[in-house]
Amino acid sequence: MNQWKNFSKGFIKENAVFVLFLGLCPTLGVTTSAINGLGMGLATTFVLVMSNLVVSLVKNLIPDKVRIPAFIVIIATFVTVVELVMKGYVPALFDALGLFIPLIVVNCVVLGRAEAFASKNTIWSSLVDGAGMGLGFTMALTVLGAVRELLGSGAFFGMKLISGDAMLLFILPPGAFLALGYLLVLANMIKEKSS
Amino acid sequence: MAKKESTFLSMVATLFVVTLVAAGLLGSVFALTKEPIRLAELKKKNEAIQVVVPGFDNEPSQEVERVFMDGDSIYLYTARQGEEILGTAVETFTNNGFSGQFKLMVGFAPDGSIIDIAVIKHAETPGLGDKMEKGKSDFSVQFMGKHPDSFNIAVTKDRGDVDAITASTITSRAYCDAVTRAYGAFMKSQKEN
Repeated sequence: MNQWKNFSKGFIKENAVFVLFLGLCPTLGVTTSAINGLGMGLATTFVLVMSNLVVSLVKNLIPDKVRIPAFIVIIATFVTVVELVMKGYVPALFDALGLFIPLIVVNCVVLGRAEAFASKNTIWSSLVDGAGMGLGFTMALTVLGAVRELLGSGAFFGMKLISGDAMLLFILPPGAFLALGYLLVLANMIKEKSS
Repeated sequence: MAKKESTFLSMVATLFVVTLVAAGLLGSVFALTKEPIRLAELKKKNEAIQVVVPGFDNEPSQEVERVFMDGDSIYLYTARQGEEILGTAVETFTNNGFSGQFKLMVGFAPDGSIIDIAVIKHAETPGLGDKMEKGKSDFSVQFMGKHPDSFNIAVTKDRGDVDAITASTITSRAYCDAVTRAYGAFMKSQKEN
């Protein structure tokens, strides 16, 4: 398999958020600012890469009927590792993402890739797939976070561009849906043009 | 290598091994990060104390008093400079926030007036409720130097003296609730000593 294609599919062609619509709960929940989106995306990427790696390593040792519980345990382990490390070394980011870190366990992207890709492919392909899907997810979250931050609080990565309040709606939950909807239009346009 | 058959024994054995390895890994990561997590939390607490009762030269986090109020603990830290008591930092909470509980650190001078207030932990809406944080708006400034006996800690809508954050009355009310609770705990501990 062409590894570059395998890696880059996560960005546009099979982007978890814009095309597959997986993992929308953290996508809508944490993207109140670009930095939150980036942090959440990178945490998810780490979990994705590690779980893809381990799942493809042990795929032949795990009987079919118990594969889902086994995968979930593997994923949950890495999520807890991320949680503990973040708490210890980047407490500020942990406070911002808080509740959503443990929820990476139930992010469909992670289990989806373990089940649909890593359990059927070689270790190297799975690693590349995890990194590509994870970074594509990170990109989507960062873009969405940046758009919402820009419109909602008039700032970019924490730098205030306009003083006072902007369109607060975009920081609030309904704004997440609105911003995601418009980004989807854009993503679809890009996809149509490129194909 | 062929895929393993799903027999009862192989399934039990697999899940046992997977969970055993996971437990071992988690145990060691927990042991490794335990100290950094404790230090990070302590540092945050010390920074908050530093903000609300500046200028101390002791270790307020070592001089803790615990007051039990409304189903949770409130911690009082005494800040001294030499022998003189500069004030008390009160770690207080409210359960009425827009997104549940949040925690404040309130600094009281020995006469009971508020020196300053810092937010320790919250989950309020960014852009709205998080304006209670210092630096995001002047909301917390209006408490500085006020004495709760003469300054009614309640939002103006509730006939108090506090100007609420625009569009965040729930957060402002909860903030007042936390400060009032801190003052209650402070007075309680003053009476006892």
